[in-house]
Amino acid sequence: MNALQISGLQKTYPGGVKAVKGIDLCVEQGDFFALLGPNGAGKSTTIGVICSLVNKSAGSVSVFDYDFEKEPEKAKQCIGLVPQEFNFNQFETLEQIVVNQAGYYGVPRGIAKERAEKYLKQLELWEKRSARARELSGGMKRRLMIARALMHEPKMLILDEPTAGVDIEVRRSMWSFLQKINEQGITIILTTHYLEEAEMLCRNIAIIDKGVIVENTSMKALLATLNIETFVFDIEDNASSIVIDGFETRALDNHTIEVDVPKVEGLNPVFEALSQQDAKVMSMRNKANRLEELFVRLVESSKKESAGE
Amino acid sequence: MNSLYITALKTIWIKECTRFLRIWVQTLVPPAITMTLYFIIFGSLIGQRIGTMDGFTYMEFIVPGLIMMSIITNSYSNVSSSFFSAKFQRNIEELLVSPVPTWVILLGFIGGGVARASLIGIIVTIVSLFFVDVNIHSFTVIVITLLLTSTLFATAGLINGVFAKTFDDISVVPTFILTPLTYLGGVFYSLTLLPEFWQSVSALNPIVYMVNGFRFGFLGASDISFTTALSLLIVFNAIVFFVAYRLVDKGVGIRT
Repeated sequence: MNALQISGLQKTYPGGVKAVKGIDLCVEQGDFFALLGPNGAGKSTTIGVICSLVNKSAGSVSVFDYDFEKEPEKAKQCIGLVPQEFNFNQFETLEQIVVNQAGYYGVPRGIAKERAEKYLKQLELWEKRSARARELSGGMKRRLMIARALMHEPKMLILDEPTAGVDIEVRRSMWSFLQKINEQGITIILTTHYLEEAEMLCRNIAIIDKGVIVENTSMKALLATLNIETFVFDIEDNASSIVIDGFETRALDNHTIEVDVPKVEGLNPVFEALSQQDAKVMSMRNKANRLEELFVRLVESSKKESAGE
Repeated sequence: MNSLYITALKTIWIKECTRFLRIWVQTLVPPAITMTLYFIIFGSLIGQRIGTMDGFTYMEFIVPGLIMMSIITNSYSNVSSSFFSAKFQRNIEELLVSPVPTWVILLGFIGGGVARASLIGIIVTIVSLFFVDVNIHSFTVIVITLLLTSTLFATAGLINGVFAKTFDDISVVPTFILTPLTYLGGVFYSLTLLPEFWQSVSALNPIVYMVNGFRFGFLGASDISFTTALSLLIVFNAIVFFVAYRLVDKGVGIRT
């Protein structure tokens, strides 16, 4: 069964801005799905339509086979949304916020209070349950929105940049929490600008740019298309004199070089050449995350295509 | 009714009541103080020189109108500020993403406004007891008028909240429309004191019917028949509820 099925989705805002220009997308039940794209690509509009926050101009959306037009209440019951912007009442306590949210989905107050304890504890917010939402740090507010979205125990969780602006420790704890609930069967759709996050967590991916899907495949298949990776080598000295035959090499300064390494060649010939030239390698790293390189290429090629139109 | 709807309605209503009770210094105390001043100045000090109005002491005459004035102001401002604040803080999205139907959202917000108006009606009535023995001609008439009036103005406040873009926008209608209409709605005087022309003009003021309906419940006397007041209240309620439903269902001001 598909968790999400979008067909021919279009959204034109008043004023004529076409944010989404006919998207077809399918997310399987149980998937951990990344929806990526540059700012203004149409990700949040698409999520807004799925979650009834944006009125669509054309197309159809169904969730777990419930069509939004025909069975909106059943479709909405299946979705939990963690939006990009904080959208809770800043003057309410954490417990009030999550218990009320459960009530909007018909969860009786007694059960809602039990679930509030469960999810606030899981997200390490239970100690703060009586605090007003405005007193929380940014990371706590993000976790509160995850707890709130889970209160009616949805089959699918949509997270729109859930880790924006949170420190790495909180981000990592959120990743492990999301992996855990995905293993329990909740389908997750994630948008993020941290491509390392998408690469690590997601099994399938769609890249959206200027309102159209420019790539929709599995993460493995996408990463396999990356045939050249750029590595940065920190060299003790004389980096500008290094030449590696068969590899594109650029000296950034006397201590740093960048080398483009085709996947088929591997790194051994590079290290051999560096040893032959008595270059002492102090450290080495990827210039960019692999997914980031692909993302930039896809978005760049989409730009070129639209410039050539 | 579906259990989801009942739970959702209860949740919205409790949330709304919690909101105005949490800020009781802003929501419950000011009307009590304002009305006390009205009772002292207009009732005790000036009222003694006015004598009787429609056969009642001036204090007895103005008590129902002043209670109604508090009910109108508070039911309106409760919902307009709460709905606008939910839009401003974007927590209205909590309701939009959920399976709560539009009519339940409306009833929840309106129910909050009615609860605040009723509570304030009780507080002002208690305050009035320090100044005058309050007559009750018909408790049923009082309750029906209170509920229909507060529902009407709570719904109107919600419509104001839908269109409001700034906090200033939710104070424009109370300041420039509601307050003048209330003062000219027969709270402080009997319409029979007005020249015929101004009596006809006053008949266009909907608040006249509510004040007089309410006064009938307390005193058993009124410038306008209770049946007329009740009929108009029902018609006005139906119209504003329909407008509010259409606006919220279409997502005006809340969905892009």
